[in-house]
Amino acid sequence: MPEGKRREALNRKQGMNILFSGVGGQGVLLISELVARTAMHAGFDVKKTEVHGAAQRGGSVVSHVRFGPRIYSPLIPAGEADILVALEKLEGLRWAHYVRPGGLIVLNTEERIPAAIDANPVVYPKDIESFLSKKGFVVRSVDAHAVALGLGNHRAANTVLLGAMMDDTGIPAEQWTRVMTASLPAKFLDLNLTALRRGMEIAGSAAQSVVS
Amino acid sequence: MASGNGRQFFSGNEAIARGAWEAGIHVAAGYPGTPSTEIIENLARYPDVDVEWSTNEKVAFDVAYGASLAGARSLVAMKHVGVNVALDSLMVTPFSGVHGGFVVITADDPGMHSSQNEQDNRYFAKFGKIPMLEPADSEEARRFTKLAFDISEEFDTPVFLRTTTRTSHSKSIVTTDEQVKHPPKNYKSDPAKHVVPIYGKHLRKNIDERLKKLGLFAESFADNRVERGTPETGVITSGISYQYAREAFPDASVLKLGMIYPFPRRMIEDFCAGVKTLYVVEELEPFIEEHLSIFGVTGRHAGLRIIGKDKLPSVFELSPDAVRGSFLGEHPPASFDGEIGVPVRPPVLCPGCPHSGVYFALHKLKATVTGDIGCYTLGALPPFSAIDTTFCMGAGIANAFGMEKVHRDTMGKKLVAVIGDSTFLHSGIAPMIDIVFNRGITTVVLMDNATTGMTGHQQHPGMGKTIREEKTFAIDYEQLLRAIGIRDVRVVDPYDLAATETALKESMASGEPSVVISRRACVLLEEEKAKTHLPYEVIGELCEECDLCLKIGCPAIDGSSPVPSISRERCIGCDLCAKLCHFDAIVPVTAHA
Repeated sequence: MPEGKRREALNRKQGMNILFSGVGGQGVLLISELVARTAMHAGFDVKKTEVHGAAQRGGSVVSHVRFGPRIYSPLIPAGEADILVALEKLEGLRWAHYVRPGGLIVLNTEERIPAAIDANPVVYPKDIESFLSKKGFVVRSVDAHAVALGLGNHRAANTVLLGAMMDDTGIPAEQWTRVMTASLPAKFLDLNLTALRRGMEIAGSAAQSVVS
Repeated sequence: MASGNGRQFFSGNEAIARGAWEAGIHVAAGYPGTPSTEIIENLARYPDVDVEWSTNEKVAFDVAYGASLAGARSLVAMKHVGVNVALDSLMVTPFSGVHGGFVVITADDPGMHSSQNEQDNRYFAKFGKIPMLEPADSEEARRFTKLAFDISEEFDTPVFLRTTTRTSHSKSIVTTDEQVKHPPKNYKSDPAKHVVPIYGKHLRKNIDERLKKLGLFAESFADNRVERGTPETGVITSGISYQYAREAFPDASVLKLGMIYPFPRRMIEDFCAGVKTLYVVEELEPFIEEHLSIFGVTGRHAGLRIIGKDKLPSVFELSPDAVRGSFLGEHPPASFDGEIGVPVRPPVLCPGCPHSGVYFALHKLKATVTGDIGCYTLGALPPFSAIDTTFCMGAGIANAFGMEKVHRDTMGKKLVAVIGDSTFLHSGIAPMIDIVFNRGITTVVLMDNATTGMTGHQQHPGMGKTIREEKTFAIDYEQLLRAIGIRDVRVVDPYDLAATETALKESMASGEPSVVISRRACVLLEEEKAKTHLPYEVIGELCEECDLCLKIGCPAIDGSSPVPSISRERCIGCDLCAKLCHFDAIVPVTAHA
């Protein structure tokens, strides 16, 4: 995104609401932390919220990040998230109604079948991507697992997803790399900086499914 | 963290720890419980504070209160139901007061994100006649913790600081201060103040006099503040609800109560006199609203319209959506569940969880199982469906014994109580003794996974190390159980499915009180994660599609196609599924390469 457009986007919104969702253990809390810290270093007021505890044992996990000149509620109202980053496809669908009309959904294509809660078999919804595109969201599908494996470590998948949304936040790339350099152990830094770049390239060249 | 002044991005819990340290605290104690756990964990990072995980919340309370009596500033932290456990001690401290400042943190869980019940602990402030502060973000959490110590010493009273899950687990920007040292005062024996059963009648009247003084203090307390806006609309609120109210009513006049008990009565009356419509924005019970009618605000202010719990739900957590929806009729977009079907995703036992082996056996033996509080409550879900009841910390053992009393002949040998190691030490020993004392035959499974699992691996007295990893005595469960009169004590490795089943079967049949200790460390412990195991895979040609492997409930196994598949990244190589397979179709990945 060119600098002028980026600044315009930020001024218009006076900040952003970004929602992260996934399955407990996938690292939702870690990447939302990185985004919140980056926004803080970019000079915004920031709030971030999630719930720790039993839900992290493979349950549905969500983390809210809001930044702007002055933030009151840490929870994003439904329909007002600018970006949803879903680490798992069904968890993208679960929280999609939090995204504003025309907002961006960065959707990891990984599927994890939930456990049953009763005798009825679990039906994993089909065609989540096209369903969400038809609802008017900008859906950016990323096979982050494959990209990360290509870089030599499946654990870098979340950073790929981060890279795939960071340009849309309006915060310059240097801020992201600076915070990442300060937060990550040296031995994982190169891998993650590469993953961040790969994600950004994917976003730049993405054949996004947009239905107008 | 201990170091670094200035702007920090802190959770409410980190901010409370920081505030307590800045206030010159000397002793902190607690028992882990979501959403309070990180308060004590973070305090342990400040080397000049004596911090402990206590065996339970009552012990934690008594330790911290003892430190206060000895002259030091001290703090105790617990989740909302922890206060129930500590209540006996709590209710007497307003009689005896404090020496060093004494602060009690109650972290409530509206919405029951990680709790068995929902309760509004603001009522404990009223019940005990104890002042209570309620922060709305992390900066207030830090500041209010410091103020709580000052109020405690000024008014000679314990002080509550109440958070909710949303304030404890939200992060926001905090500006830290330097520490102000408060060296412990000298201890002075004062039986007339501290031997309450004898002198309580003399002390009783102090409580109400103190509460009156605190009510006057509340009138000028700077964090009970009015944010002037339009006189048409007024809002009274506190804590996290303030944040939602500010978004729903950007132009309103807002009375924000930093101290939620006792109330600044005159301030409230004056505020109400200056507005036409008053919204009371509070989470859970109508605590503020009830006091408005006690103060007669409705009657005295004819023409004032009060809108509160007639519109706003008194169950579950509030949100910006709930406040706008209830008061303004602005309803947010709904989930797509109705259109496409979004299956719920419950938490599950981890791949290789030692509890899986026990639940597989209990399911097979068709036992009636009373459960307890921990990750292992998840044994109630399919495929195990192995737990019949679960209520609160330590209840399961005596619940089983009570059932046995009614149906000993038919159910006696089918009754099993399951309890984790941390929960057993918290409140499982007394009911165990009760069974022996009263000639019961109940079988108990002590699920010893060598940690406090659900809250994130806090140290407990069975582990041989303190919160700061200092070496200490590790409880010997077998000796402990024998000493209280359990003769039938067996130890099994839950990965050994056959041995686990045999031990359970024999113990249940033994006709005397018995304990099966299921011993294997939680797979999420760092030292367990560091062990390398080959992941397993299913050989399609050998698989008979019987689905027996799915009965171990492992989330690394995907059973959605006829031949199940195992995630290489999530399998930890425990081999429980391989043990179940009759066709040798599940093997380590390299075994056939």
